Amino acid sequence: MAREGDRRPDPEVARRSRLLEGLRLEGEGARGVAIALLSSLVFAVVIVVAVTQSAGWPEVRRTFFDWGDISSSFPDIARAFVLNVKIFLVCEVFILVLALVVAVLRSLPGPVFFPLRALAVIYADLARGVPTILVIALLGFGAPALQLTGVPSSRVFWAGVGLILIYSGYVAEVYRAGIESVHPSQEAAARSLGLSRFQALRRVILPQAIRRVIPPLLNDFIGLQKDTALVGTLGVIEAFNQSQIDSNATFTYGAYLAAAVLFVAITIPLARLTDWLIARDRRRRQAAGGFA
Amino acid sequence: MTAVRLEGVRKSFGVNEVLRGIDLAVDDHEVVCLIGASGSGKSTLLRCVNLLEPLDAGRILLGSEEITRRGVDVNAVRRRIGIVFQAYNLFPHMNVLRNVTLAPRDVLGLSRAEAEARARELLARFGLESRRDEYPDRLSGGQQQRVAIVRALAMQPELMLLDEVTSALDPELVAEVLSVIRELAEGGMTMLIATHEMSFARDIAKRVCFLDAGLILEEGAPEQIFTRPREPRTQQFLERIIAAGRL
Repeated sequence: MAREGDRRPDPEVARRSRLLEGLRLEGEGARGVAIALLSSLVFAVVIVVAVTQSAGWPEVRRTFFDWGDISSSFPDIARAFVLNVKIFLVCEVFILVLALVVAVLRSLPGPVFFPLRALAVIYADLARGVPTILVIALLGFGAPALQLTGVPSSRVFWAGVGLILIYSGYVAEVYRAGIESVHPSQEAAARSLGLSRFQALRRVILPQAIRRVIPPLLNDFIGLQKDTALVGTLGVIEAFNQSQIDSNATFTYGAYLAAAVLFVAITIPLARLTDWLIARDRRRRQAAGGFA
Repeated sequence: MTAVRLEGVRKSFGVNEVLRGIDLAVDDHEVVCLIGASGSGKSTLLRCVNLLEPLDAGRILLGSEEITRRGVDVNAVRRRIGIVFQAYNLFPHMNVLRNVTLAPRDVLGLSRAEAEARARELLARFGLESRRDEYPDRLSGGQQQRVAIVRALAMQPELMLLDEVTSALDPELVAEVLSVIRELAEGGMTMLIATHEMSFARDIAKRVCFLDAGLILEEGAPEQIFTRPREPRTQQFLERIIAAGRL
């Protein structure tokens, strides 16, 4: 039986390798870092020279990289970006719940539940098959016309509904993969103690399943955060639309760059967090001697 | 009084008929060992008793209640039967105390304090008190299996099913688990035990059943089965066991 404590590495080494893991530099020491820095520098110089020597560069620099344009449009876009973040956060909560319901329905055993399973499959197929921008247009322009009582008719609301429906399809598949990764003997053990199917799911299966799929879930968060820009296609003033307005006013594209910087400021930390969690998960599995 | 009775139990997986008509009764406070080669149907028999596998034919009575009838509350039946598996099957995301208190709290409705008091007492009885805050992957195989036994006992079952509980253990860890089972037997626990530990079966069982190809080919007192088996198949099986140094 492999005991975790026996093979725990020196904590300082572990901490350093953890920081560098995402950049694939672990275990190469100072010499490795020096080589990596040098090669990165050479690479950057080559790119910069190639781009700035190109025939169209002066024009591109004027239209994209005018610092005045970027900085003057930044406050407007940042204010509009708050809406993107709000849509992201609110949708995410609903997606996590709806997707879990779909995934659980899809993993119900036995012939009785066939209709529910079939519905879950059809839903996941549709949600992942139809382009997001199409669903947002359909719901954003179409649904408010229904004038449903008690339901908001704003385009932002319906665009949010579209994002929730689409992303729940993906996230449900992620959950399902997690549920299926829990060995059937875990359910047998829980049921043999007298737990009901639901109790076994809630106490034993899902806690293990969700822990395993946190990295891919975060991956979908990143996609959702970016796709909030699609709400702009309905004429709602969010970061992308605001940058389009600014760009149209100046006939330059610096505003787009400002919007891109805002999105990246949120997605890159999420991406690094995801990498870190994946690496941690891998280390844990190795520490558990391959039992996990 | 009969604790559990199997009548004409049959079970197939696809074309493979694993149990071909099992008749078996275990009395209250009796310890019955099932022996036989791998694939003879020992594990399937235990899983059928715990309703983890539906029967194709026959019936099973727990006490006087038929538990294989239609519409039976399987969760209520399983509450009364503890089962311990070869691979422990502890819940890896819960510490030892939570593993043991989960079912008493969620199924029996015990308060946290009641469930933990019961768990502490059992853990102490089997030398696991200091391990109660550990997670399963920090325990040795023997400790994990003892926790699995305690987890089943915490439901205060009237019958315990043990499915080759020492087969996954390193040899030096087998004894600590067997001594736990011995203590249970001395305490009067009714047990149906599938095992490859022949000397243990000989020592602890009141009755030994030899399973072969889905049938109980021979049953009797351990002394008779191990020294004067009637059936040639039983003799063959025991000779192979002796040759392997397991008896």
